Amino acid sequence: MIQTENLTKRFGSTLAVKGLNLSIEQGEVFGFLGPNGAGKTTTVRMLASLISPTQGRAVVNGFEVGRQDDQIRRSVGVLTETPGLYDNLSAEYNLRIFAELYEVRDPAGQVEKYLRMLGLWERRFEPTATFSKGMKQKLAIARALLHEPKVLFLDEPTAALDPESARLVRDFISELRREGRTIFLCTHNLDEADRLCDRIAVFKTRLLVVDTPERLRQQMFGRKVVFHLRNLDEAMLSKVSELPFVSEARMVDGRLLVTLDDPEKRNPEIVRQLVMEGAEIQFVGELRYSLEEVYLRLVRNDGAPAT
Amino acid sequence: MNKVRTIIRKEWAEVFRNRMVLFSVAFLPLLMAAIPLAIIFASRGSMTTDQYGEMPAQVETFCPAELSGGDCFQVYMVSQFMLMFMILPLAIPSTISAYSVIGEKTSRTLEPLLATPITTLELLAGKSLAALLPAIAATYISFGIFSLGAWIMIPNPAVFAAMMDARWLIAVFLVGPLLSLVSVNVSIMISSRVTDPRAAEQLTALLVVPLLAVFFGQFAGLFVINRELILYGALFLLLIDAILIFLSTQIFQRETILTRWK
Repeated sequence: MIQTENLTKRFGSTLAVKGLNLSIEQGEVFGFLGPNGAGKTTTVRMLASLISPTQGRAVVNGFEVGRQDDQIRRSVGVLTETPGLYDNLSAEYNLRIFAELYEVRDPAGQVEKYLRMLGLWERRFEPTATFSKGMKQKLAIARALLHEPKVLFLDEPTAALDPESARLVRDFISELRREGRTIFLCTHNLDEADRLCDRIAVFKTRLLVVDTPERLRQQMFGRKVVFHLRNLDEAMLSKVSELPFVSEARMVDGRLLVTLDDPEKRNPEIVRQLVMEGAEIQFVGELRYSLEEVYLRLVRNDGAPAT
Repeated sequence: MNKVRTIIRKEWAEVFRNRMVLFSVAFLPLLMAAIPLAIIFASRGSMTTDQYGEMPAQVETFCPAELSGGDCFQVYMVSQFMLMFMILPLAIPSTISAYSVIGEKTSRTLEPLLATPITTLELLAGKSLAALLPAIAATYISFGIFSLGAWIMIPNPAVFAAMMDARWLIAVFLVGPLLSLVSVNVSIMISSRVTDPRAAEQLTALLVVPLLAVFFGQFAGLFVINRELILYGALFLLLIDAILIFLSTQIFQRETILTRWK
């Protein structure tokens, strides 16, 4: 659905995006993470045919950026960083303008459909200046969907929203995914990316890494299992460390932390070994690193392998 | 064309909620019509026929031979103020454009607009026409009010005919729209550099300065605006408009707007 080859953008002497290669499938929710000024918005603008690449190629929904810009704009929806609504105009009129500009066949019907879907129908005649941030964001999402685009670019869709509004927007994104739309999600909210995205890319002028959140965790930290024991001692630690499939075993805050490749297969052996050493096991669990830890390690190391 | 219409409607729905814009579109035309009408009213019967010979030489150029000295003075005075009708096509578009273009910048509504399949030309045409049409309409209405008032107040049809000389009809109906176009294009160009609608409005208001120079030049007797001068003026404005339209379309590019209009 979205392919880029060596996509590059320069503003004068400033390199904003360097040689981006991506391939995003239809129906995929693709998270695009990176620090401020990393070039995320510039990338979205290039893919939405708002600005042209300096070098490289991008194909969105079968249309080539720079050559078929009109077709691209007709087939993608863009939620910009700020809602960008006409505050003096009503919610209904805000959407009506865009339905006409997108040449939607039944503008009134589409406007009604999305206003109802996002719970704004009752307030359709009120100026958007009176709306809360969450309502404005919902209206901006509705605007991006009026022409039923197959590809959606969402730039920070839950930024500055209260938890309830953010959840509403996230639920709506999940709903869009079920409809089979391809979603390119720029976000700083790593928990959101973890929950919503099939794959994520960490980007800082260039692509640092791209994979599923789970595989990134494994690549960065390996898999770790925590054993809570009532009577952990050095002998038990030493026995577990000697097991050939254990990469590392440590005592942390009275718990045994074991790094290994295949916990599902190896955990019973470790438990058996510990019991033989007289351990009283209270519980066993996998230590799950947050995507934030993965992200921070990647960005701080500039994409270099974890240390 | 539909998209141009949508932009025009959107612009009007937005800018006419602004009191400053409403004031300039509604009040200025009335003021411009009232000034020459007040002159007509005040100069009724103020001079007698034998005073004709004491008038400045340029007054004669305004008067057909059959008019009396008093009538001629009246025609002269009103003709001086006819130039003021040219303020409307300059001032109104700058007020509207300043709010419509910079308003989009400050409320960050341009990016969603540019993400639609609208072409840059359609967007520019919509914005320009949204500023141009009210200005032209206001100028014509203002001139219409003046004409009606003058027709009622002036008993002598020869005086009325002298006031409605072809040069002023050319000025109002041809030079007016051309001046509006200058104002719109200059506003758009200024808007690309400033972030405050008031700053844009004030800078665009400087366009009135050459017009005032012409007004005072004629009033001081340095030259007389005749039909030829107005036609040359119209041709000059046509050339200026062509250059300005080219320049504003060069400035009003998607990428420039998104990346440099801060």
